[in-house]
Amino acid sequence: MYPNDRKYSKEHEWAKQDINESLLIGITDYAQEHLGDIVYLDLPNVGSMLSKMQKLGEIESVKSVSDIFSPVSGEVIEINNIALDSPELVNSDPHNNGWLVRIIVSNASEFDELLTADEYQSFLDSLGS
Amino acid sequence: MTSETRHSPYVPNTDADRDQIIKCLGVSSTDELFGDIPKQHYLPNLKLNEPLSELEITKELQRLSMLNYTPDTMPCFLGGGAYRHFIPSIVKHVISRGEFATAYTPYQPEVSQGTLQTIYEFQSLVCQLFEMDIANSGMYDGATAIAEAALMACRITNKDRIAVLNTLSPVYVSVIRTYVEPQGLKIYSVDPSDIKLDQETACILVQHPNFYGYLEDLKNIAKVAHENDALLVTSTDPIFLGMFNAPGKYGADIAVAEGQPLGVPLSYGGPYVGLFTCKSDFVRQMPGRIVGKTTDTKQREGYVLTLQTREQHIRRERATSNICTSEALIGTAVVAYIGSMGRVGIKHVAEMTYHKAHYASSMISKIPGYSLPFGGTFFKEFVVRCPISPAKLNSYLLENGLIGGIDVSDRVENGLLIAVTEMNTKEEIDRLVYLMAEHPARGNNLL
Amino acid sequence: MNIEYNERRSLAERSFKGKIGTTLPRLDVPVQDMPDAEDIRTDLFLPEVSEGEVVRYMTLLSQMNFSIDTNYYPLGSCTMKYNPKVNEEMASLPGFANIHPRQPKSTVQGALELAYNLQAILAEIVGMSGCSLSTMAGAQGELAGMLMIRAYHVSRGDHKRKFVLIPDSAHGTNPASAAMCGYEVVTIPSDTAGNMDINALRTACNEETVGLMLTLPNTLGLFDTNILEICKLVHDCGGLVYGDGANMNAMLGRTKLGDLGFDVMHFNLHKTFSTPHGGGGPGSGPVCARDILVPFLPSPVISRNTDEESDSYELYEPDTSIGKTSAFHGNFGMLVRAYTYINLLGASGLLEVSENAVLNANYVLANLKDHYSLPYDRVCMHEVVFSAKMQKQQGVSALDIAKRLIDYGIHPPTMYFPLIVEEALMIEPTETESKETIDNFIQVMQAIAQEVLDDPSLLKNAPYATPNTRLDEAKAARNPDLRWHLSS
Repeated sequence: MYPNDRKYSKEHEWAKQDINESLLIGITDYAQEHLGDIVYLDLPNVGSMLSKMQKLGEIESVKSVSDIFSPVSGEVIEINNIALDSPELVNSDPHNNGWLVRIIVSNASEFDELLTADEYQSFLDSLGS
Repeated sequence: MTSETRHSPYVPNTDADRDQIIKCLGVSSTDELFGDIPKQHYLPNLKLNEPLSELEITKELQRLSMLNYTPDTMPCFLGGGAYRHFIPSIVKHVISRGEFATAYTPYQPEVSQGTLQTIYEFQSLVCQLFEMDIANSGMYDGATAIAEAALMACRITNKDRIAVLNTLSPVYVSVIRTYVEPQGLKIYSVDPSDIKLDQETACILVQHPNFYGYLEDLKNIAKVAHENDALLVTSTDPIFLGMFNAPGKYGADIAVAEGQPLGVPLSYGGPYVGLFTCKSDFVRQMPGRIVGKTTDTKQREGYVLTLQTREQHIRRERATSNICTSEALIGTAVVAYIGSMGRVGIKHVAEMTYHKAHYASSMISKIPGYSLPFGGTFFKEFVVRCPISPAKLNSYLLENGLIGGIDVSDRVENGLLIAVTEMNTKEEIDRLVYLMAEHPARGNNLL
Repeated sequence: MNIEYNERRSLAERSFKGKIGTTLPRLDVPVQDMPDAEDIRTDLFLPEVSEGEVVRYMTLLSQMNFSIDTNYYPLGSCTMKYNPKVNEEMASLPGFANIHPRQPKSTVQGALELAYNLQAILAEIVGMSGCSLSTMAGAQGELAGMLMIRAYHVSRGDHKRKFVLIPDSAHGTNPASAAMCGYEVVTIPSDTAGNMDINALRTACNEETVGLMLTLPNTLGLFDTNILEICKLVHDCGGLVYGDGANMNAMLGRTKLGDLGFDVMHFNLHKTFSTPHGGGGPGSGPVCARDILVPFLPSPVISRNTDEESDSYELYEPDTSIGKTSAFHGNFGMLVRAYTYINLLGASGLLEVSENAVLNANYVLANLKDHYSLPYDRVCMHEVVFSAKMQKQQGVSALDIAKRLIDYGIHPPTMYFPLIVEEALMIEPTETESKETIDNFIQVMQAIAQEVLDDPSLLKNAPYATPNTRLDEAKAARNPDLRWHLSS
C-alpha cells in the first residue's frame, strides 16, 4: 500500500525524487495515523543545512509533540507553506499535498540506503501494527 | 491507630466502615498497608498540637488577626507593587461560590465550561485593557510574570542578554535574577536618560509607570528596542490603564502586570495574579495556560484549554515554563471586578486616584524642607525628598497611628515613596501632611 | 416568535453604553492639573454591564462546573479532598485579608507569628530543619528546591554537575523545573514492580549527578521499597535528593521524608492541606530543607526573636538564599487556610487522613481489579493506577471511560498518566469521601466495564448530559480564538 515511487525511513519519513534533483520529504500515513489530529508544524528556514538524522522540525497534535528527523543530508530549498497554514493536510494527504520540505541532497548514497516500500511495510509489520 | 477515637470532621468513614474495608482487604490492620515503609522510620514521633475544634481555631486565628493593624483602621500610604483599591461586594460573592472555588483545573472541558468561559473572559478583558493581541490565563504574580516574559523574549530572539531599566522595582529585579541567571542569561542595567542596547540583547524590561511612580518615555524606548531587534517588555499598574495610554499603543511586544489592584485583597502579598499579554506571533512561546473557543460535536460553542503542547505536562523539559497554575480563582475575581466596574468605573477609579495622589503631592511639596526630586508625570505614587531620614519619619508617623511610605533612601537621598489611591480620604491625606510638617526632629535637621 | 437569546453570551455581548455596575464616591479633594493630553487614553473599551447582570452571568457560569462542593473527584495525583469552609472564613478575616505586604513588622506580628508557626509545623511533619513559605505553587517549590541544590553544589565549588535524575513515572513539572535550572535530565526507568529500577539508578549516578527528583509514594501510588538505598546511592555520588510532595497525603504522620534521606522537598498546600484548587490556582508550595540546605532557602523566611524584653517575629533573607521567588512573601492567604486545617486535625487527625486515604485506595483497588487491568498488583498508598487496555480491545479508550463517568456525576480520574502505563486510569479516592460515595463509584466503574462489553458506542459519544458534548480540540489549536474584541 505504500507507494513505490519513493523511499522510507524507520522514523516514518518518506523521501521522493522530484524536479531539479530535489527531494520532497514528508511523513508516512502510519505516522500521521499515530499522531492523530495534527495542529501545528514547525519547519526549518529555507537555506538551513541538515545532516542525516538531524532534527528537521516538530509536528504537534493536540496533546503531543513529535520530532521529525531528516532522512538525508542536504539544504532546505522550500517548505510547504500550504501545510503550515493547514496542518490537517498532513493528516488527509500525507504522501502528496502534505509534504513538508524540499531538500537538495548533499550525499546521494544516503537516499539509496533508505527503505523501499516493501521493506518499510515489513518494518511496520514487525512493529506489530 | 484503628482503636483510636476519630478526630477529623472531614473524614467520614466510621469505625464500622473502616472495619468493613479492612475485612474486605483481608489485612489485620491498617498498619499492614503501610508495610512498604522501612520499619525503623514508621510512625515517627510527631510534635504537633492536639486537634482543635472549629470554635477553638477560630478564636486563635481571630487573636492572631487582631495583632495586625490594617489600613482600614490605620491610614496607609504604601504601594510598591500592591495597592489598596475599592473592591465591590460582588467580587467576594462570586469567588466564594464553591462551584468556582473548589473546581479542579479545567482539563475536562465538558465539566469545566464555567471556569473555561470565565478564563476566556479574563483573557479578553486583559487584552482590551492592555490593547494587546493575546493574553494567557494568568501567572503567579506580577514579579514572576515579568521574569517569565524575560525568558520568553530570550527564546523568541535566541539572544541571552536582558536589559533592565534601573527604575524597575527592586523586588521584581530579584525575582527576575532567581529565574534567569541559572539558565546562563545575563542581566544589565540601563538608565532611562541614556538607553543603549547591544545587539545581543533579547529585550528591555520597563516598568511604566516606574517603581517611583513616574511615566517612562515608552515611545522612545520602543524605538530603541526595535532598532536593536530586541523586544519591549513592559510591566504596568492595571488601574493606570483606566486613564493613560496602554502599552499596546506604544508597540510593546510582551506586556505584563500585577493583577492585584483589580479586585484582589492585599492579603499580605498573595495570592495575586500576574497578567501576561503579547503579540499574537509569539503565542507558541507563551508560558502558562491558554483557553480557546471551539465547537462541540453538536456544533455548539464551547471552550477548551488549547496550545497545550507548550506546557510541562506534554513537552516536559522542553516546555516554555514549569508553571502549572493559572491563579484561576484570582482571575475570576478580576473578571467580576472589571465586569462590574466596567469602562466607566475603571476610568473613574483611575481619575480619583490620580487627583488624590496629586493633591497629596502638591500639599507635601508645600511643606518647608520637603521637595519632589523627580519631574515628569506620575500616576498614584511619587517620591518625596524628606528633610530627615525616611525611616525616622515613618516611625514618627507610625507612633501617630499612620503607616507612611516606602523608604527608598538607598536610591534617592532621603527619598520616601508615597502611594495614594481612591481609598485614601482627604482627611487621611491632610493628616499625613500635618504629621510630616510637624515632625519634631525636622527643625534640627534643617539647621 | 424567534427570539435569539444565547444565555452564554459574553460580557462584550451583554455590554450596552450607559450601564454601570457600581458607583464610587465623589472626589473629596480639589481637581488637579491633568497630564499631557497625548498621554491620556481615549480608547478604553471595556464592557458596560449592570451588577445584577454580571452576577447572573457568573452564577450561570459557575453552574457549568463540576466542583468538590458538588461532585466526587477520584482524580489521581491531584488529591481533590473536601475544602473546609472555616478555612475560607479565616483567610478573609480583615486582619489577614487587608494587610499590605510592605507594612512595618510591628503592625503585622499576628501574620508573622502564624507564618512562623506554619514553617515549624511543616518542617516537623517531614522531619526537616527549615522551611520557606514564599513559593507560590508546587511547581515553583520544585524550582526553588532544585535551585537550592544547585546553589549548594556551586557553594562547594562543584561546577561539573549537570544531570538531574528523574524516574520515568514523574510529573512533567519535574523535568521542566530541572531544565529551568539549566540542567539536563536523565530518565530512570521503573522496574516491573513499579519501583525505580535500582540498577539503572546505580549506573546513572556519577560525579556529574546533580541529584534525584523523586515523588514518594510515586505516581503509581506505590511506596518505593528501595527508598533507603536510593537515597544512599545518590548521596554516595555527591548528589542530593529532592522530594516532590505531590503525594504527601499518604505520608502524613506515617514517615518523615527527612528520616528517609530526602534533602529538600515541597508541599502542595492545595493537595495535602485542603486549600481549594480554584479551577487551577492559587496554590502554594512551601519548601522544607535539611540543615545543609537551609542557608539557601528562598527569601524571605520568618524568624522569631526572643529576649528578656520582647518576643517578636520578622522576615529575613537567609545568607546564601537563592533569592526571591515572589514579589512579597508567597501566597499568604493560602497559608492561613492550611494553618487552620492542620490545627483542626492535629497529629492524630493527620494520621487519620493518611490512614483513610490509603484504606480507601486499596478498597477501590480490591473492588475494581477484576474489571480493569491492574499493572502493578500490590498494596497501594493513596492512589491506584489501572489500565484500560482490556477495554481498548473493544475499541474503548481510557478517555471514553473517563468521559462516561461524567454522565454518572463523577469527575474523570487522571488519564494517560503516568506515561509508563498504557491507557492509564489513575484513581485517588481521598480520605474525605464516605464509604457510600466510594461504593457508588465502584459500582459505576463496574457498570461502565459492562457497558464496554454490551455497547461500546455508548461510551464513544459520552458525556451526554453536560453543557457541551465533546469539544473539537484540534480546531481550537489550529485556529486559535483566544478572546473577544470590543471596539466601541
